[in-house]
Amino acid sequence: MSDKSFALPSSIAVIPGTEAAQAAYPYYTQFVPEDDQKFWFYNSMHFPEPMHHFDMITAEAAYVAMGAFNTRVHCLPTAKGVDHRIINGRVYIGGVVVTDPDEIAERVAEFQQRAGHYYENWESLYEQWKGKMKALIAEAQALPSPSLPDYEPLETITEGDAVPASHDLLKIYQQQIEGYHRMWHHHFEFLLLGYGAYMTFFGFCKKAFPEISDQAISRMVAGMEAEIFRPDEEVKRLARRAVELGVDHHFTDDMSIDEVLADLDKVSAQGKVWLADLEESRNPWFNVSSGDGFYHYHRSWNDDLSLPFAALPGYIAKVKAGENIERPTAQLIEEREQLVADYRELLDTDEDRATYDQLIELAHRVFPYVEGHKFYCEHWYTNLFFNKIREFGRLLLAHGFFGPDGVEEDVFNLTQYELESAIIDLMLAWGVGAGPRGPAYWPAIIAERKAAIAEWAKHPTPPALGNVPEAIDDPAINMLWGITRENLDSWLDDGTENPNELKGFAACSGVVEGTARVVKSVSEIGRIQQGDILVCQVTNPTWSPLFQKISAAVSDIGGSMSHMAIVAREYNLPAVVGTGLATVKIRDGARIRVDGGKGTVSILEDA
Amino acid sequence: MTPIAWFSEVGIADRPTVGGKGGSLGELVRAGIAVPDGFVVTTAAFEQFLAALEAKEPIRPLVEALDPNDLDAATRLSEQLRTRMIGDPMTSEVETALKDALNQLCPDQRPVAVRSSATTEDADDASFAGLQDTFLWVLDDASMIEKVRECWASLYSVESMTYRRKQGLPEAGVAMAVVVQRMVEAKCAGVMFTRSPTTGDKSVITIEGAWGLGSSVVSGEVTPDKWVLGKITGEISQRDISDKHARQVPAPEGGIVEVENAADIRSTPCLTDEDLQALRTIGRKVEKHYGKPQDIEWALDEDGAVLLQSRPETVWAQKDAKAAPVVAKEASPMAHVMGLFTAGAKK
Repeated sequence: MSDKSFALPSSIAVIPGTEAAQAAYPYYTQFVPEDDQKFWFYNSMHFPEPMHHFDMITAEAAYVAMGAFNTRVHCLPTAKGVDHRIINGRVYIGGVVVTDPDEIAERVAEFQQRAGHYYENWESLYEQWKGKMKALIAEAQALPSPSLPDYEPLETITEGDAVPASHDLLKIYQQQIEGYHRMWHHHFEFLLLGYGAYMTFFGFCKKAFPEISDQAISRMVAGMEAEIFRPDEEVKRLARRAVELGVDHHFTDDMSIDEVLADLDKVSAQGKVWLADLEESRNPWFNVSSGDGFYHYHRSWNDDLSLPFAALPGYIAKVKAGENIERPTAQLIEEREQLVADYRELLDTDEDRATYDQLIELAHRVFPYVEGHKFYCEHWYTNLFFNKIREFGRLLLAHGFFGPDGVEEDVFNLTQYELESAIIDLMLAWGVGAGPRGPAYWPAIIAERKAAIAEWAKHPTPPALGNVPEAIDDPAINMLWGITRENLDSWLDDGTENPNELKGFAACSGVVEGTARVVKSVSEIGRIQQGDILVCQVTNPTWSPLFQKISAAVSDIGGSMSHMAIVAREYNLPAVVGTGLATVKIRDGARIRVDGGKGTVSILEDA
Repeated sequence: MTPIAWFSEVGIADRPTVGGKGGSLGELVRAGIAVPDGFVVTTAAFEQFLAALEAKEPIRPLVEALDPNDLDAATRLSEQLRTRMIGDPMTSEVETALKDALNQLCPDQRPVAVRSSATTEDADDASFAGLQDTFLWVLDDASMIEKVRECWASLYSVESMTYRRKQGLPEAGVAMAVVVQRMVEAKCAGVMFTRSPTTGDKSVITIEGAWGLGSSVVSGEVTPDKWVLGKITGEISQRDISDKHARQVPAPEGGIVEVENAADIRSTPCLTDEDLQALRTIGRKVEKHYGKPQDIEWALDEDGAVLLQSRPETVWAQKDAKAAPVVAKEASPMAHVMGLFTAGAKK
């Protein structure tokens, strides 16, 4: 198999007509001829859709932080950071591994000391981490909205600051960019170590019980109070409250949310009580993103209530039928402990039992972070971040930067550097007292980029580029992306064995046949009907209220620890993740069979 | 000792008198597992019968005198002894005891299964396994007695006698118990291992089954459906539903016959998920009772699942005995985590 190869980066052409939009990505993200020597894979797990130019900052800030932590902070012995490139709006990444034995030895010594400190003081460091994250969030919330008055208020003079508002634009922008980078550093402070501890337990279980399912292992480890489950729990709570308060009839499948909110405020005291409950849930739990939080259009529930409200009628019906829909935490803890004890009993030797005890203890210690960090980082903070950029969009729009037909969202068609230049253009113009250059400059560029993104989205992109290495020895890539030599081979083989069957990771067992609903972006989730099988590039825990509607789930990318896998197991929803090409090979409306135990998806009847 | 012992009266410790199969069925009854009712024709019955035969002409001394390398002599002796075991008049006491027991077991005249139940540990060896007999769908007491005598006679087959001579086993201790058990009208039947036969994994249960009597699965004449279940979680991780072309069913004249399966059931799973979970519960219970993984034969009739046999799994058990820990013990979990982070460096 080693002679097999994906297309070389140099052979991937920029789609005609999009050359300028491609060239606008930073120079350090463009493929160069030397990149043919390396192996790259499409990071469709985090970036399943073509990137708006501003949104590239998410990739960049994340890889700055991940690289710094792997290479220089924790000093992972064999893995440094992850390089990234962009072509046709798609993000390709490749790991940098350490192979020199002397360097590895040196790094082992460093890593032991550094990682050891984290593992030994995990709980207190994690508490400290939450404090840091909350302070960072508060800082972002405290940033004022950028605005330019006609005249500076008198206080600028009387209070002695004498720095005009135009300077604040730059300050707010730079502070927000700085904060976003800092958030990603916090994100990676524990991530690899957390995954590492979990994967070590995982690996032990796979050796001791070769046929154990990923699902069983993660059930032994799953946290009970994790933030990841909380937003959905809040929706369930609100459903229960609606029934208790007798206002449940307001929530129907075809409701207008604004009308419901207005009616509840008008009609009764009970309605007002429910609205107060809603407020309680919204802060902070509805700061969860309806996407993965990697794109500016992954809006939070607070920005768009349609996702939690779409789930309310279903939950209300269950509450009225007498079903207890809220997570039975005490029972789940008891089941988890029983599971841990039952597997322990199957081990043959005292030594194994001692190792098992050590590793499950460590896994339980790290797991709250593994499950919980995403809420603070990718959801809450990222949402604040993009909303702040949106405020700049509003300001630039008001000053004509996006033309007469522009919208504030157009701001995301500029790179972070271009946005800063536009801000400076505006600062200059405001000070000079003449018109800014932007209104004549940006609208054509924005139109061109919008067209390019639409074009790129129509073209599938290869799952990987370059020669497949003999072994994927990068533990970081194995852990975070589930990329192994085996699944690369299967991506290469795809279609030669059985064109109607796809293989992936068995995420949650169960066999289901049904209609495939191929959903390529968050905006399409409204098309999902009761009982459909969701086929997507990647999903995210906040889609979980939808999981009550679907009968199974399939994704292009993701390992056993991907969020789709975790949530599928929580909902006991048959799921296959990491199939590589499901959204390309399965057509919307096709009849498919998902075997979540085997990790296979069969196309029974094409649409 | 009595010539007849009911399942509920015996356990695995009674192996010397009721044999491995009889003892294990008794043990299952004790563990609260559903097995078809039955009794064991103990070694006392065999000894009584043999004593009556020997009163006329010797048997054991002839076997002891046999040269295991003289195949012709062994064949001649086997034929001669077999004729006597099957053809000589039956001891009346034993005959009465057997008939009474059968009457008590099947006042409704239902058919029974007759199976040999060897008393020696060696009988579990593969070398001996083929020497065990099973007769299904035995219809009346005359046939039942005939099949019991067949089981006894199997002790004097060429293979069995030469094996004992080569091992130098004293003939005085050689006896055979026989199990007589109500026949299950199996809708489907098969085997269950409380570990993986392929990897030895103790955390899964493997179930194989096909339509009709279990004999088609045990003999390998039908490719059975196969499932792998998490022993603890119950999740069904593998389902291989095969094309089950035929099934074995009772023949009107007694015994069994193979019939073609209708097209609509050939590729239908023979067990539902509920059936699989019920079998898993039984499998776990038996394994807990014995304290080790089991190799089980089961059948499903209208009232649910029953076990026909359970014995310790042997292939992987031998490997377990020599097994090293999964990973070497470390003072701190950190050392294990290091292994993961340096995985690439070892190559």
